[in-house]
Amino acid sequence: MVGAENLITRPSELVVYECDGYTLEKETPPAVVFPNSTEAVASVVRVCREHEVPVLARGAGTGLAGGATPLGGGVVLSLARMKKILDISLRDRMVHVQAGVLNLELSSLLSDTHWHFAPDPSSQVACTIGGNIATNAGGPHTLKYGVTVNHVLGVTWVAGTGEVIQVGPEATSAEFDWIGLWTGSEGTLGVATEAWLRLTPLPLAHRTFRVIFQSVEDACNAVSRIIAAGLIPAAMELMDRGILQAVEDAFHFGFPSEAEAILVVELDGIPIALDEQERIVAQLCRDCHAQEIVSAASEEERALLWRCRKSAVGAVGRLSTGYFIQDGVVPRTRLPELVRRVANIGCERGVRIVNVAHAGDGNIHPILLFDERDPDEVRRAMAAGRAILEACIELGGSITAEHGVGIEKLPLMTALFSPDDLDVFWRVKRVFDPANIMTPGKLLPPPPRLSQQDEKNGQPR
Amino acid sequence: MNDPSVSTTLPSRDAKPGRAAPLPVTIPEEKILSCVHCGLCTATCPTYTLLGDENDSPRGRIYLMHAVVQGRLPITESVQTHLDRCLDCRACETACPSGVEYSRILEPFRLATAQAQPSWKRRADWFRQVVLLRIFPYPERIRRALTPIRLLQKAGLYEPMERMGLWDLLPARLRAMLTLVNASVPAGPPLPDFLPAKGRRRARVAFFVGCVADAMFRHVHWATVRVLQENGCDVVIPGGQCCCGAIHYHVADEEGAKRFADQNVRAFPVHDVDAVIVNHAGCGAMLKDYGHYWKDSQTPKRQEFAAKVRDINEFLDQLGLVPPIHPANLTVAYHDACHLAHAQGIVAQPRRLLSQIPGLRLVPLPESNMCCGSAGSYNLLHHDLATRLGRRKLENILRTGAEVVLASNAGCLLQIEREIRRARAPVAVLHPMELLDACYRGEKPRGTTNGRMARPSRAGRNTSGNVAG
Ligand SMILES: Cc1cc2nc3c(=O)[nH]c(=O)nc-3n(C[C@H](O)[C@H](O)[C@H](O)COP(=O)(O)OP(=O)(O)OC[C@H]3O[C@@H](n4cnc5c(N)ncnc54)[C@H](O)[C@@H]3O)c2cc1C
Ligand code: SF4
Ligand code: SF4
Repeated sequence: MVGAENLITRPSELVVYECDGYTLEKETPPAVVFPNSTEAVASVVRVCREHEVPVLARGAGTGLAGGATPLGGGVVLSLARMKKILDISLRDRMVHVQAGVLNLELSSLLSDTHWHFAPDPSSQVACTIGGNIATNAGGPHTLKYGVTVNHVLGVTWVAGTGEVIQVGPEATSAEFDWIGLWTGSEGTLGVATEAWLRLTPLPLAHRTFRVIFQSVEDACNAVSRIIAAGLIPAAMELMDRGILQAVEDAFHFGFPSEAEAILVVELDGIPIALDEQERIVAQLCRDCHAQEIVSAASEEERALLWRCRKSAVGAVGRLSTGYFIQDGVVPRTRLPELVRRVANIGCERGVRIVNVAHAGDGNIHPILLFDERDPDEVRRAMAAGRAILEACIELGGSITAEHGVGIEKLPLMTALFSPDDLDVFWRVKRVFDPANIMTPGKLLPPPPRLSQQDEKNGQPR
Repeated sequence: MNDPSVSTTLPSRDAKPGRAAPLPVTIPEEKILSCVHCGLCTATCPTYTLLGDENDSPRGRIYLMHAVVQGRLPITESVQTHLDRCLDCRACETACPSGVEYSRILEPFRLATAQAQPSWKRRADWFRQVVLLRIFPYPERIRRALTPIRLLQKAGLYEPMERMGLWDLLPARLRAMLTLVNASVPAGPPLPDFLPAKGRRRARVAFFVGCVADAMFRHVHWATVRVLQENGCDVVIPGGQCCCGAIHYHVADEEGAKRFADQNVRAFPVHDVDAVIVNHAGCGAMLKDYGHYWKDSQTPKRQEFAAKVRDINEFLDQLGLVPPIHPANLTVAYHDACHLAHAQGIVAQPRRLLSQIPGLRLVPLPESNMCCGSAGSYNLLHHDLATRLGRRKLENILRTGAEVVLASNAGCLLQIEREIRRARAPVAVLHPMELLDACYRGEKPRGTTNGRMARPSRAGRNTSGNVAG
């Protein structure tokens, strides 16, 4: 089916696949397969279905919610060897790729054109298109350009039945929006093996500047004011003092050490329009007590600024040996309140928390630091994480904006959704995965209404 | 484990995890724990890029080593294979935002596992014992070993024999080595003890000669010292210096490496010079590491020495290059040697130097910082992977349309030259100092027509500077 060289079964090689970017829960899979084609993926899924063995897709394993962690045992289906660029069609503004292609590879491939693939998760140097589709990944530029689903024109999908379904890339508006359904399904409805992606023209000009604030709250207020003024910057990203320390240590950018918060704002568009926008943004920031506003002086400085922001989470190793990142989202105006609550939760439970945020989207990533070797510290961090997510729900937000539910946020799904909602989700899942073999135990809590009787009758577990 | 291309089918006695004795060495666990498992490094890893198995990625290797150190895993053959396959190119260190010192986890680990092996096994490896440990570190011995090949090259027989596949009859590692032999270029006499600065004296430096570099790249040495002279440097070439010890270190002969290191530390008058100059990245990275490899009474001396070591590109950039007056009307691509870019963080400096050569067009080389597969002696030990990386480098070079490709390291020069020779591509493979030197002297850089490429002649000889001649 895939050939011995595309299969791992030795315990000493399997351990490497026991978790992804979320390391608090682990389990060694029984096998890892590396299919090379859609057909091979379909065969693997069919065999798994026949033998009722769970199977889960894995891209680069940069996920932060344990989505690619084989908890409960399950064959890992790695797409890392499916990384062909099948077609680039600039006239159609479209590329056709296999799911294992890396996000950044697309943009570097197009570097001598004026197109790019807009979704730019901070992990874009490493994560795969398949993973981006499965988690509906966003990034700093989501504010203006939208998330992954807005950039997928077609998908080849292997459902949990082993069937291969191709949707798109031609638009057929009469059809049901399958892509919308599958994107963000975290592998529970099947596996993306190929995708047709929309290309976005590169903006004619940018203005990128960093604004230094005395408090995170001031920075959040500035963000709300800018949006309220009718401006849509390409990105508005926030880093607090804690994370800045790691970033400065890694990249020596020269952020002032006493800055409590830094907002990275990028405006893009036609050059003449930018001057006026920049003036308004600067004024609004000053109204919110900004201390300093500095424009990136050169393309290199802009690139370094973005590298600082995008590698911030990855630099956490400089602060602590273990971390656990949250992905709360609230209405933008509630962001200051959330930030306050996060800080309180950290104090109360004795957990050090640093923050990065896609502030423009109201999406904050509190990063909880701990030493993996200290079980008590780990426990406190997990409890604090949960408290933060509960705060998000209370403030009218949600528990995940882009990292997905995975295993990490599973317990909170019942807090967010009613049993009826979950029942609908389950019904959808059964359509694509009647045997419940596609990454079971993720995203959806077990259906409460199914009794053992149902299970005997061949109903999903 | 000489066939690295197949990952999972090697026959091996694999033990269950959880029953291993911890490794008899202290690997600093803090260094391992600084990896937060984010995975941002995987895409820059050449072996992961080729093989797609996370066991062959930096994060995976750190995970494996951690499991061994914790005693969760024994060192099985497969663990060993995945670790052996690592090029130690340190691209992952450049990529890692958490500053994980990958190499400082891997190297002690490799030494420990090698030392845990029965010593008869190590001694029974003829290639390691004879070729790597006895011939390589000594330039004269390399030169003598090369004599038959040089004769074949002179007679114009080397390439036809290579093409007929005659080398295939040799043992794999010897074959790999043979195909790497570069074109014979007039080497010039051995370097004297001292060469004076031209014009106003700006610095006094000591020059490191090395082993392979001296045996196969003496012409680069000459180019380098001339460039130093042009830039107002008195150049001392201390006698009594020897190989940097990198080969010994990387095949786990730590004692041998230390002997070489201490001999060099004694040989160089560090107080009398502004810098110790080295022109090949591999040696430079090793020399700069002398200070932290061994802890004993000599450590302060080694640290003092290491602090003076400068790569030639780094040094000239710092000093301020006297721009050459003669132009090089050439399209040039620059390959980042791993031991320069990743191990020493020297990326912008060589490019800044090149940008000061009149007429030169520096074109970006895709994946310029991905290992060419040479990686010290890796080339000889993991031939298949090395060849695949070599091909990839070749394709990238050809895509740029450059007439000259530059690399600041002996291993890269050999590897790239072989690929170019095999593809019979009209691209000259040079060290940046060769190019600079030519521009000071108003000569055409070796293998180019300075503006128009020399057409490969009948047997491809005497042309691209990379072919037997
Ligand atoms: C430092 C860092 C920064 C990050 N920043 C961002 C960010 O800014 N925005 C953001 O959205 N995310 C971010 N992430 C999270 C993560 O990178 C994204 O979720 C990414 O999309 C995962 O891609 P991957 O290839 O690594 O997938 P994996 O981690 O391998 O898998 C993620 C999930 O997708 C499923 N999956 C993977 N491939 C497929 C497929 N082909 N078909 C079906 N299901 C599949 C898996 O089963 C799993 O549930 C970050 C992660 C890190 C470590
Ligand atoms: S080595 Fe660095 S980049 Fe790689 S997984 Fe570890 S922390 Fe992340
Ligand atoms: S040193 Fe090079 S080959 Fe080894 S893990 Fe790092 S990037 Fe990969």
